[in-house]
Amino acid sequence: MVSLTIDGRPVKVKKGTTILEACEFLGIDIPTFCHLKQLKAEGSCRMCVVEVEGARNLQISCATPCAEGMQVHTRTERVVSFRRLVIELLLANHDTNCFSCPATGRCKLYQYAMEYGVEHSRFAKYKPHHPKDESSEFFNYDPSKCILCRRCVRVCNNLQANHTLSLKNRGPDTWVGLPFDKLFKDSNCVSCGNCVSVCPTGALTAKAGKSYRIWEVTKTRTTCPYCGVGCQMDLLVKDGQVVGVEPAEGGANPGILCVKGKWAYHFVNHPDRLTTPLIRRDGELQPATWDEALDYVTQGIQKIKEESGPDAIAGFASARATNEENYLFMKMMRAAVGTNNVDHCARL
Amino acid sequence: MEETRVVLHKAGEFLPTSSLEYEAVGGYAGLRKAAADPDQIVDVIKASGLRGRGGAGFPTGLKMSFTKGAVADQKYVVCNADEGEPGTNKDRVIMEEVPHRLIEGMIIAALAVGADQGYIYLRAEYPHVKKVLEKALEDARTHGFLGRDIMGSGFDFDIQLFIGAGAYVCGEETALLDSLEGKRGEPRFKPPFPGVAGLWGKPTLVNNVETLANLPAIMVNGPEWFRSMGTESFPGTKLFTLSGNVNNRGVYEFPVGVTIRQLFEEVGGGCPDGRRLYAIQTGGASGNIIPASLLDTPMDQESCDKVGATFGAGDLMFMDETCCLLDVLENLAEFFVKESCGKCTPCREGNPQLLHLVQKFRRGKAQDGDLDLLIELGSAMTIGCLCGLGQMAPNPILSVVRFFPQVFAVNNVYVRGAS
Repeated sequence: MVSLTIDGRPVKVKKGTTILEACEFLGIDIPTFCHLKQLKAEGSCRMCVVEVEGARNLQISCATPCAEGMQVHTRTERVVSFRRLVIELLLANHDTNCFSCPATGRCKLYQYAMEYGVEHSRFAKYKPHHPKDESSEFFNYDPSKCILCRRCVRVCNNLQANHTLSLKNRGPDTWVGLPFDKLFKDSNCVSCGNCVSVCPTGALTAKAGKSYRIWEVTKTRTTCPYCGVGCQMDLLVKDGQVVGVEPAEGGANPGILCVKGKWAYHFVNHPDRLTTPLIRRDGELQPATWDEALDYVTQGIQKIKEESGPDAIAGFASARATNEENYLFMKMMRAAVGTNNVDHCARL
Repeated sequence: MEETRVVLHKAGEFLPTSSLEYEAVGGYAGLRKAAADPDQIVDVIKASGLRGRGGAGFPTGLKMSFTKGAVADQKYVVCNADEGEPGTNKDRVIMEEVPHRLIEGMIIAALAVGADQGYIYLRAEYPHVKKVLEKALEDARTHGFLGRDIMGSGFDFDIQLFIGAGAYVCGEETALLDSLEGKRGEPRFKPPFPGVAGLWGKPTLVNNVETLANLPAIMVNGPEWFRSMGTESFPGTKLFTLSGNVNNRGVYEFPVGVTIRQLFEEVGGGCPDGRRLYAIQTGGASGNIIPASLLDTPMDQESCDKVGATFGAGDLMFMDETCCLLDVLENLAEFFVKESCGKCTPCREGNPQLLHLVQKFRRGKAQDGDLDLLIELGSAMTIGCLCGLGQMAPNPILSVVRFFPQVFAVNNVYVRGAS
C-alpha cells in the first residue's frame, strides 16, 4: 500500500494504482478522452494531467502510478489552463455543427468545453478533413468530428482483435482510416460496433443515432439474448421503444459486444415478434399461456413415446441457451424422454 | 586551438573498418580490461561521471545499473544512431571514422549489463555509414570480437544493424524501440523505463553513439583520467558540431566547458566575409536561440541552463547579421509540424498552430494577443507534451521571445539582423 494526498485529502491505495484510479476512488472528477480502463494507458490526449509536487512537468493521471508521499493537485491554475488549451486545440479543427450531430449531449468535447468555459477556439482551422464513410449498414464515420483519441483503433485492434481501423500518416496529418483506404463495407470490418460504443465524440455514430438525444432515453441493464455467453448490455429506451444498445461491463464481456448484441435489437419492437406461445387449434395458430403450451408439448411427447417408442423423438438444443440450459436439455432428453437422439445447432 | 581527441583518438590515421588497425592504435584494450572483471564496469563508469551524449545528459553509470539490476532471461543493448537533430553530425563522424570504438563500447556495455544481443538503430539518411558499419561488424565477427565466446571470455554477444525509416521522433528512445519492434515509431509512456522494460518488454540499455564510444577509453585509462577533462558535473570531452554562418564548419572534439567564443572564433574562424554574429542556436533544432552577447558561455549543461542556452548534443548553429530570425523560426516550426508523430494532442495540434502564429508575424499579419497566445501555447507544450519532441519544439520560439523581443513587435514587418 502507498499513501499520498490528492487535493489535500489523504488516501491509501494498492501499489500500482494510477493517480486517476485513486481520484475515482475519492470521487474526484478527472476529464479524459483516450482513457479506456480495459486497456493499457495510452496517455495521448493529455486531458487528465495533474500537478505532482516536485515534478517540473504536468503528469498524466491515467498512467502515472501513485507513489509514497506524493502530493497531487488536480485543479491548479496550470492544470486548468492546460486542459482548456487542449480543448481549444481540438476545437479549432472540429466540425462544431452540433445541432445535426448524433453525439450532442454525450459528446465529451462538448461537455468539457462547457465545463472549462471554452466557447470558441483562439486557434486557426487548418485541416482538410477526409470524406465521410457511410457505407456500413450500422454506423457512420465522420472524420471531421474525430479528435484522434484512438479509442476506436485500440478497441478494434486490442479487444476485438479485428485490425480494421488503424492510424494513417503522421503528425497533424494523422487520421483514423482503413487499410488501402477502403470503405467499411469493403473491408474486413465485422460491424461489431465497439468503435462506435467507445467514440467520445460524433466521429463514429450509430445510423439510428439521430432518432434520439441521450437525455431522452432511459438505460436498462440486461443480458444479451443472442447466445450463451451472457454479455451485459444497456438498452437505450425512448418512449417505450429500444433505440440503441450500449455494451456494459459484465463477467463475460469487458465492455464490448458483437454485431448481434450491438445492432440487432429491432426484433424487440417488431410486430411479428412472438410474445406468447402459440398452439395450433382448428388449423390456426392461437395465443396460449405457458402452462397450456408446456402441457400440450408434454402430452405430445408422451403420446409419441407410447405409440412409437422414445427413439421416435429427437431434441435439438440451441446456441442461444447457456451451457447449463443445454446440459439440462440433454438430461431431459435422456432421462425423462429416454432417447439419445439429442443434438445441438452449434455442431453444424 | 588544439582538439582533445578521446572518442576521435587517431581518427583518420587508420582504416576505419579494420579491427587489426584499430588494435594497433590501442583499440579493444578497454574491452580486454572490461572482460577481465565485468562486474566492475558499472562502478567504473559511475565513478567516471560519464553522462549521456545524446542530449539529455543522464548519468550513464546509473542507467547501466538499472539494466544490470533487472532480472530477465534476455537483455539488450541498443545504440541510438538515429542522429536526426538538424545541426548534429557528430555520431556520423564517429561511425565513419572509428566504427570499432562504437562496437567496442557496445560490447563493454553488454558485458556490464549482461546482454547478449545488441542493435544499432541507424538513420536511413546515412547510407554510406551503413556500408562502413556493415564492414566493421563483419570484421569484428571475423576477428572474434563479436559472436560466441568473445576472446575466450565465455561471453556471447552480437550486434545487428537496423535501418530506420526517416522519422525524427525515432531518436526518442521509446519511439526508437517501437520502430525497432516493427511498429509505428511513437513514444511510450515512461515508466517503465527501457532500462527495465524496453525492447520487446525486456531490460534494454539505450545509449547514444558518442556515449558508447566513450566507454573504451574510460576502461583503459580509468575514471580519474576521465574526470580530469571537462567540468565537475559533466566530465570528459564532447564532440561539437559547428554549422551555419561560420567559416570552418564541422565536428570538433573538445573538453566539455569550452566556451562558445573559443569554438566560434578559434575553431570556427568567425563569420564568413567578416559579417557580424547575430544569434546562435544551441543544442540543435529544438534548442534555444541565444544572442551573440552570450558568446562567453561555457558549453556544459549547467552553464547553458543558467543563461538559457541548450547544451543538447553539442550543436552550435551560427547566424550572422543577414539572418532573419522569423525566417529561422518558420523553418524550424515547419520541421516540427512534419516530424510530430501525431500521438499526443498538444504536439500534433500545437505545432501547426505555432507555425501559423509565427507565419503571421513573419508576414506582418499579427494582431494584438497573438504573441500572448504564442507564449501560452509554447509554454503549455513544454510542460504537457508526451515526449521530448513536443516539449522542446517551442524552445526556439520561446528563446527568441526572451532574447530578441523586438522580433515579435506587432506588424514590425520583416525584422532583419540586429534591428
